[in-house]
Amino acid sequence: MTTINSENQSPASERVSANIRASAVFILLIVMVVGFAIAQPAYINVTNLMSILQAVSVVAILGAGVTITLAVGGFDLSIGAVAASSVMAASYSMIVWGLGVYETVPLVLLFGALVGLVNAFLIVRLRVPDLLATLAMMFLLTGLQLIPTAGRSISAGLILPDGSTATGAYDPAFLLIGRSSFFGVVPAPVVIMALVAVVLFVLTERTRLGRLLFATGGNELATRLAGASVPRLKTLAYVLSGTLASLGGIIVAARVGRGDVSSGASLLMDSVAAALIGFAVLGRRRPNVFGTIVGAVFVGLLLNGLTMLNAPYYTQDFVKGAVLVGALALTYGFGRSQAR
Amino acid sequence: MPLLRIDGLAHAFGPTKALAGASLEISSGEIVALMGANGAGKSTLVNALAGTLTPDHGTITLAGRAYAPRSPAEATEAGVVTVHQSTERVGVPGLSVADALMLHAYADGSAPFFLSRSAVRRKAAAMLENAGFALPLDRDFAELTAADRQLVAIARALSRQASLLILDEPTASISGRESERLYAILRRLRDEGLAILFISHRIADLNALADRAVVMRGGTVVGEFARPIDFDRAVETMIGRPLRAARPDARSFQGAPVLEMTGIQLVAGSTPFDLTLHPGEVVAITGVLGAGKSRLLQTIFGTRPLAAGTMRLDGKTYRPATPTNAIQSGIFMAGEDRHRSSLMPSDWPGSNLAPTISLPHLAKWYPLGFLLGSREKQEAQRAIDTLGIKASGPEAPMSSLSGGNQQKVILGRWNAEPSRVLLLDEPFQGVDVGARHDIITAIRANTERATLIATSDPEEALEVADRILIIDHHTLTPALRAGQSAQAIEA
Repeated sequence: MTTINSENQSPASERVSANIRASAVFILLIVMVVGFAIAQPAYINVTNLMSILQAVSVVAILGAGVTITLAVGGFDLSIGAVAASSVMAASYSMIVWGLGVYETVPLVLLFGALVGLVNAFLIVRLRVPDLLATLAMMFLLTGLQLIPTAGRSISAGLILPDGSTATGAYDPAFLLIGRSSFFGVVPAPVVIMALVAVVLFVLTERTRLGRLLFATGGNELATRLAGASVPRLKTLAYVLSGTLASLGGIIVAARVGRGDVSSGASLLMDSVAAALIGFAVLGRRRPNVFGTIVGAVFVGLLLNGLTMLNAPYYTQDFVKGAVLVGALALTYGFGRSQAR
Repeated sequence: MPLLRIDGLAHAFGPTKALAGASLEISSGEIVALMGANGAGKSTLVNALAGTLTPDHGTITLAGRAYAPRSPAEATEAGVVTVHQSTERVGVPGLSVADALMLHAYADGSAPFFLSRSAVRRKAAAMLENAGFALPLDRDFAELTAADRQLVAIARALSRQASLLILDEPTASISGRESERLYAILRRLRDEGLAILFISHRIADLNALADRAVVMRGGTVVGEFARPIDFDRAVETMIGRPLRAARPDARSFQGAPVLEMTGIQLVAGSTPFDLTLHPGEVVAITGVLGAGKSRLLQTIFGTRPLAAGTMRLDGKTYRPATPTNAIQSGIFMAGEDRHRSSLMPSDWPGSNLAPTISLPHLAKWYPLGFLLGSREKQEAQRAIDTLGIKASGPEAPMSSLSGGNQQKVILGRWNAEPSRVLLLDEPFQGVDVGARHDIITAIRANTERATLIATSDPEEALEVADRILIIDHHTLTPALRAGQSAQAIEA
């Protein structure tokens, strides 16, 4: 047996480089914020920072869901479509069915959970590979959301396929989810994001359940032989991911105030990117909720700063891609060679 | 002049000397059996010949020329072909047997770029004719039996003008009748002038094939036996002490059994057998690969269905559907290959010592669900102290531990809570002698539970067990007391 003992043999220089790798994202973050603040002092004021957080809240919440599925060794590609169809479902429930906020929110969350359950059924029971199952589900939902309204966006006064006019409207209380602020400073979506972040961080890093979720992703056989129910753990992960995606959809709906057919187009890519950038945060090299949130905020800060410096909007995807490439190189490339 | 001469070959992995000056000669037209216990240096020697390892010291001469292959391709080019034990990798499922035979020609560019089905078939048929046996050319490679897959590898070796064929446990996973066919083919190839080196402990193989048996221990060749081979002496040379002294303190057990298995059929149609375990007893199950050792353990642990029969645990009917049931009933199992069955990949949550121990016990130790308090650290420290695990502490990454210490941690995991039966599948894989001794002592010290150990190494069985059972074709043959001839164990 030749296990190289990296822990005992690591000289000081290696320790230092590990520390640099662990804090690289934060160092970059500080450099970036300071740089933008010098170039454009308005960048650093509270209103702008809050608007950045508000802008990334949905991506961060979806990213947290992806993180959970990554932890069990899976992947959920359907989250963007779940969020988008949740926007439509919320609008439909209020405008067509005339329901209020207290019916709509649980209904939509239930829808997300149900999608997660179907995903889990495909993956756990039918053993469809996770990427394929959730890709198929994404396709299905992207089409499904168009059917009830015959492809039209949903706003007050919508004309239904049967010719009648919808009578309902967005519940003002529902709109508060997206548009109100606590103490006039902290937007509600930011508070929701913070709550989701804290709850999921504690769940994944500080509970028995979190340990088992990661164990499933690390070594499924070992987890099963240790007596845990792997199917149940995976199901839980996909249900959580679906529910979080529909929560993201609710926030989008509440902010926009209508059910746009095209909403949530970039949500999947952005949230997956946030989760993957999260691997590099603290040099963890693995999915972690804290990293995902930092990853989402990092991208938000960068895009907002560039926009303030008049970078054209069409460069945004390029910037996100560059950040992701850099983060993955940091995660897998550097410092790995000594370990092998 | 011998075809192959190995002289003073030495190689060390860190502090472990895998080879310590091994010397060996093989001539054309002879079959040499290589015997040795785990860690004797057989694999290292074979790897040096196959080009997958460059030895630290020593020389190899092949047909009068210095031979130092740096890759399997170089070894093949020089005429040394190795057929490994896992023959799944010889071909590709989904491709035909003809394709599997031609795979190396596709890879090295000697086959034309555009392939016609008939040309491939013709060339493959020519290869088989050259080798002198038949295989179904149009069948999917995945449908072949282990023995036929071995023949594919051999045919490929012969097509490349091999002068030395190395076989790693060629009969380990094939049935008796298939072995006979393989023996006949190998003997004919020998008569045609091929040199064959094969690794095996099976008396049947040695009897049928070996012109000479070479025994290795501690990285050197410690004995050579020419025909007729004295197997008892060969095995004694292999383990380095007289057979009868193997386990002088074997205990016998009476009274209420822990686990009673009656009329057990592991697979439908196999001969039913009974097995009874008493508290404190250590029973070893030995047999060749594929004989059903692991399957027996997995059946008791609930990961495989029982074809027929009943199990009673402490007098009550026991029917586990999942490992969860088994663990709740007090039946624990440490699976074969700890990296696959027990450990998390490094850098992943739970890859340190303490979480490795606590994984099956989380619900019991943390009933509220939150990982607060130091319970798992205390338990880990207890395991470190009682089993003498060499680690920097409960937080040590498992990857920083040696194989023996990793295995101690796995044992510590299942010792952390009381159990009725402990099942250990190949618990001494990649474990050095010192750690093996500690583990055996710890296993035998427990008097509350019964321990059932599956091992393919008869020496390990003799060392650890009060009672040794032999499994073959999914059924147990009558019990032996420890100390009886190893030949009986081998046969």
